Amino acid sequence: MRAMLNGLLAWTDARFPLSKLWNEHLARYYAPKNFNFWYYFGGLALLVLVMQLATGLWLAMFYKPDAALAFGSVEYIMRDVQWGWLIRYMHSTGASAFFIIIYLHMFRALMYGSYKAPRELLWVIGMLIYLCLMAEAFFGYLLPWGQMSYWGAQVIISLFGALPFGIGEALALWIRGDYVVSDATLSRFYSLHVVGIPLLLLGLVAVHLMALHEVGSNNPDGVEIKKNKDAAGVPADGVRFHPYYTVKDLWGVGVFLTLFMLVVFYAPEFGGWFLESANFVPANPLQTPEHILPVWYFTPYYAILRAIPDKLTGVIAMFAATLIFFVLPWLDRHPVKSIRYRSLLFKGALMLFAVTFILLGWLGTEPPTPFKSELGLRLGELYFLFFFVLWFYSKERSVRFGYAIFGIVMVLMVIADVIRFDASKQMLILTSALIPVAYSAIFLLLPMHTRLNESRAVPERVN
Amino acid sequence: MKRFLAVLICLGWSSIVLGAAGGVAPLEARIDIEDSPSLQRGAQLYVNYCLGCHSLSYMRYDRVGRDLGLDAKQTEENLLFASDRITEPMNISMPPEKAAKWFGVAPPDLSLIARSRGADWLYSYLVTFYSDPDPSRPFKVNNVMFGDVGMPHVLQGLQGVQEYIPGDIPNEATNIQPVGLEIRADDILVRKSATMPDGSHVEILDTLKVVQAGEMDPSIYRSAMRDLVNFLVYVGEPARLERQALGFWVVLFLVFFTVLLRALYKEYWRDVH
Repeated sequence: MRAMLNGLLAWTDARFPLSKLWNEHLARYYAPKNFNFWYYFGGLALLVLVMQLATGLWLAMFYKPDAALAFGSVEYIMRDVQWGWLIRYMHSTGASAFFIIIYLHMFRALMYGSYKAPRELLWVIGMLIYLCLMAEAFFGYLLPWGQMSYWGAQVIISLFGALPFGIGEALALWIRGDYVVSDATLSRFYSLHVVGIPLLLLGLVAVHLMALHEVGSNNPDGVEIKKNKDAAGVPADGVRFHPYYTVKDLWGVGVFLTLFMLVVFYAPEFGGWFLESANFVPANPLQTPEHILPVWYFTPYYAILRAIPDKLTGVIAMFAATLIFFVLPWLDRHPVKSIRYRSLLFKGALMLFAVTFILLGWLGTEPPTPFKSELGLRLGELYFLFFFVLWFYSKERSVRFGYAIFGIVMVLMVIADVIRFDASKQMLILTSALIPVAYSAIFLLLPMHTRLNESRAVPERVN
Repeated sequence: MKRFLAVLICLGWSSIVLGAAGGVAPLEARIDIEDSPSLQRGAQLYVNYCLGCHSLSYMRYDRVGRDLGLDAKQTEENLLFASDRITEPMNISMPPEKAAKWFGVAPPDLSLIARSRGADWLYSYLVTFYSDPDPSRPFKVNNVMFGDVGMPHVLQGLQGVQEYIPGDIPNEATNIQPVGLEIRADDILVRKSATMPDGSHVEILDTLKVVQAGEMDPSIYRSAMRDLVNFLVYVGEPARLERQALGFWVVLFLVFFTVLLRALYKEYWRDVH
């Protein structure tokens, strides 16, 4: 039996690089041995992708992409299709889980400098995956054809209408295929959701993995394990991906699935964050719901959009907030990769960025008030200032340069406040201006006068 | 790092809590979806009082019967009035155009009303109808949860006539906002908040009182409405009965399996230093 299987393997290897692929990507692929909690999310993202494809395949067997039938067909899946409710909840919960995992995966890269040389391209490909994922989620959210599906799509597509020179309206019309979101929009979104974007996603994920295996994984110490190889040419601080990381990731999968299934079975709506109550009302083009909100994973960007009084500027800021991640490897040129050896100020800036992102996400779900809009604007400023600080920290700066940069930031901020000045919000604008002023003073001026921005020595080998 | 994670989780959680909606805080429905007799009573109320106008078009009679522990004969005898085949969805025979003419707006399908409105809101809505002599009110009733509601109080025969007795409003009070409901003995109190010229807040208590008895005592009527809401919550998601029971075994298996996976991981990693 064994001889026969070996024979079959030899026969296959002569015709297809089976053993070669297995060894290059799993059995002889060396990964740093010091991966921590944050390194589970890449594998989990792959798991959720497969789960979304599988559940999506089954949903597509019963779903009807027709404005008159779509809402009813989802309820048909929930009630009359055997296990339909489970597949649907796995798919809807999977969408949110996907974003939670991707955000943690990206945050890991921010903490350990995983986007820095030689992994710039790996990061850029990852960003393309993130954009595809947002498109996939946006197209998919229209399909249940509930009130929030409908009006969310209406609002987001109309954002393109803000583009000048008549491009905007034409573009929005082209996307919708109609003057309002309608059956035509539903059909094309369905097609993009089940064929177009998934194909792109799969291709990009393959490319992401190829790029990863070319450069090798970064690790919590930010040390290149390929620099320390033993006599056999094997990284001294590496372990074989299989079986070491396959079994470790399996344990991560177990924990994830337990949490995931708790949500699927006991809180599939997750308090309205994964499935919104307004989406249990069929889409009605004649009745606008009280609050129109995107799903939680878009709300940080939505908050930035809403906080800016001018629509076009808001749209630009919203897209810039997403796209700025693409140039991150060229903004942050600091030689130390891992947060472990970077300065206290860098740690503070990164933690504040995470808090800013979460607060913006919360603001994006709240009905706007003058106070909340103002807070959204200031947090939006902090959001962009973070990237500015990363650039500023890339190398040693002279005191004069530091003050000049601080001055420029202050002038730009004052100009922005003068342009949008509104006498009725005078006090609010003046007080809240303290937020970015304090932020800039702490992160741009303290490095000049204290030792708070000194990095620690990076060890030769991983700990 | 762990401390930081904890902070992130706390922030995330507080934003979930803060995300709750404003307006009049409804009464708590306190329903129990596992309570079959309650669901059966609710189903009976629904087919007797609601199904004339409000369809449950995503729900089939036989499914309701099966899920509520009724056999085919019991389902036919107790629920099947608006249709003649047990496998049919619970539709109505009123044409929507005519219904819109009669009521101003066609009575909506209620298959998913519990999922869009929530059990507490529905329960509060069903118990806070009151008589409103305003000539502009076509059915002479109004509702605390749904101002100027188009629906007549179909259950008035059960509840009796409920009157709205406004509390004393201090002179100069402005910005009067209803904030919550409360049950006190046989009455329902509507708690309102108002602002005085000096900026302080005062509380005003309005009372909903049954002035002409119906077939049911107020507390019995409320319990009947709980049954009705319970049934609507079930109808909103029939899989709910199955999902919570199945979930226990799935999660139990996963916990057990994850412990095994943990042991496997630790075994393999023993030789990594």
